[in-house]
Amino acid sequence: MNSVHFLYAALCATVVIHVSYIGILFTRYKRLREQMKDQKRS
Amino acid sequence: MKRAFPILAALSLMFLAYASYQALVVAPTDALQGEVYRIIYYHVPSAWTAFLLFFINFIASVQYLAEAKPSTRSAARWVAIGVGVVGAVAAFVVPLPAGVRPSAIATTALAIPAFYFFIGRYFPAEKLDVLAVTAAEVGVVFCTIVLVTGPIWARPIWGIWWAPGDIRLTSTLVLWLIYVSYLVLRRFSNSAQTQTLAAALAVFGALDVPLVYFSIWFFRTQHPQPVIGGGGSMDPRMLDVLLLSWMAFLFFAFLICWARYRLELMQRQVEEAAALESLMDDSTVSGKAVYGRTGS
Repeated sequence: MNSVHFLYAALCATVVIHVSYIGILFTRYKRLREQMKDQKRS
Repeated sequence: MKRAFPILAALSLMFLAYASYQALVVAPTDALQGEVYRIIYYHVPSAWTAFLLFFINFIASVQYLAEAKPSTRSAARWVAIGVGVVGAVAAFVVPLPAGVRPSAIATTALAIPAFYFFIGRYFPAEKLDVLAVTAAEVGVVFCTIVLVTGPIWARPIWGIWWAPGDIRLTSTLVLWLIYVSYLVLRRFSNSAQTQTLAAALAVFGALDVPLVYFSIWFFRTQHPQPVIGGGGSMDPRMLDVLLLSWMAFLFFAFLICWARYRLELMQRQVEEAAALESLMDDSTVSGKAVYGRTGS
């Protein structure tokens, strides 16, 4: 396997980990907003 | 503040894209390792950022524990000053292993009181725990990148993905596991003492950070020598790109921490409101029950 492939694999891994974490934060934020709306309604 | 975040996020993305361009295209190719050495521009800045975040978690946890009593608060301040001064002086007096620069040790030692007073100045007691959990979680994300990109670099260079028993690799894995356990403790424990227990775990967990960093000098390891602070040497053009990458990663980490910090504050507000609501419901129900009994 060409060593450049390892370089791109590392780059992809870095991007995937960051994007996944941002996705997790966004999901948590959405869930929290819904909870806040429910609290206001009740 | 709400308006500033999208602008800063866009700036951060542009900065990261520029740093990636510098790392993948502009930086010169390494004569021995070839193109794969460029993993250093993701691996090393991620490690430095993770160390910084674990350090912030450590300081916030110490302050959280120290805030319990006025006497411990005052003692902790003097301990922070003492550690900084003694560490800075000792760096120039005590003989260090070859390759370790005394100025690097002195700067790290002085960072302890500096961060202690900075965090104490800008974060009130009730927000120290929020800062600690934020720094730990984002630190784990960056430490995960270190643990993933390291083996990807090692496979073509060493011929193996992982060197079993290597102190640098093992201590980094242990560091990651300590902070994952810290987050698991916070996630699944409902005790009133959870925050105190987590802060105590963070204080002991942070002791692994110097072990990870200095393991290269004190133990035999396959890991390359450090590029900054002594030991190894690096082409100035490569070093410039490495520092640029670190700045981009730091800026990005700051933004993620900001978002996570706000999320944690919101989460606590919702939990407090829910607890208050259930308390009011309970008192209403018990009030009705009492009324029912006396009325009958």
